[in-house]
Amino acid sequence: MTRSVDREDPDRLYIVTGGRSRVDESSIDSVSLIVSECDPTPGMQSEHVKILRMCTGPKAVVEIAAELGLPVSVVKILLCDLLDTGRITARHPSSAAAPTPGPAKTRLPDPTVLKQVLVGLEKL
Amino acid sequence: MDLKSSDQATGAAPLPSTVSNALKIVIVGGFGVGKTTMVRSVSEIRPLSTEEIMTRAGVGIDDAGEVRGKTTTTVAFDFGRITLNDEMVLYLFGAPGQQRFWFLWDRLFSGTLGAVVLVDTRRVQDSWYAIDRLEHHGMPFIVARNDFGGPEHRPEDIREALDLSEDIPLIDCDARDRQSSKKVLITLVNHLYSLSTREHV
Repeated sequence: MTRSVDREDPDRLYIVTGGRSRVDESSIDSVSLIVSECDPTPGMQSEHVKILRMCTGPKAVVEIAAELGLPVSVVKILLCDLLDTGRITARHPSSAAAPTPGPAKTRLPDPTVLKQVLVGLEKL
Repeated sequence: MDLKSSDQATGAAPLPSTVSNALKIVIVGGFGVGKTTMVRSVSEIRPLSTEEIMTRAGVGIDDAGEVRGKTTTTVAFDFGRITLNDEMVLYLFGAPGQQRFWFLWDRLFSGTLGAVVLVDTRRVQDSWYAIDRLEHHGMPFIVARNDFGGPEHRPEDIREALDLSEDIPLIDCDARDRQSSKKVLITLVNHLYSLSTREHV
């Protein structure tokens, strides 16, 4: 849990991502919920295998990152590969459906969504 | 509703398969102010920790000495989770308020419902920068004063020290206490609700 990429060989992150450093950020949110759509197959990259195994039920991108011990942006690149090949599906947060870039005024969430959040929190 | 201790012991308690919408609330505060404590007191999972890589633009902003010689610079943050109902799950992030963190705001926290600024009254100045950045991002927030048993401060004094306008809720809390932390979240969502109904008329 305390392992940090700071002290890690940068080559590892390079290899894990196949050398890519960018991903279409808007396609995957940090709390997009990922679900496996198939079982791992022989010869698959080990990180892909781990993701498919841990996402038999919905799991947020940040949870996958925490479990893999990899930075969120690296995990997003791995997830893009799996999304492109249909091995996973992603349920994106509806509140972040239309993010406004930069410091523009944040859109306030729908009151009906907030009401549901309140009901859920009261049950805690 | 009390969670079974077995659920809290594992970080891998599964979400209902029907969950389709994840929401975010961010708790911002200086080092040692109780962010992770608050996340832990309300989360259904043991708080998890992850990190994000800094882009070059943010490196060296805080303190050049700190980053010298590193090939990668990251910002770490903790988070927990509350399943709200069969469709919705809330992720609670504890985020450091230091300067370089804000370079990651758009990447990690776009779409966040709102923020809690957790304040230690012995170090009020630690919160100035966070409040300034939240206002810059147009992110609605409330201020929660974590009780460290120090001398009593009148709310109006804290408001003045933080230059906080009257319409932003300010409450006391004990981040270790589940009910108290729950009240903080409810205060935030109520605040968001009143802002939102004003906007969506």
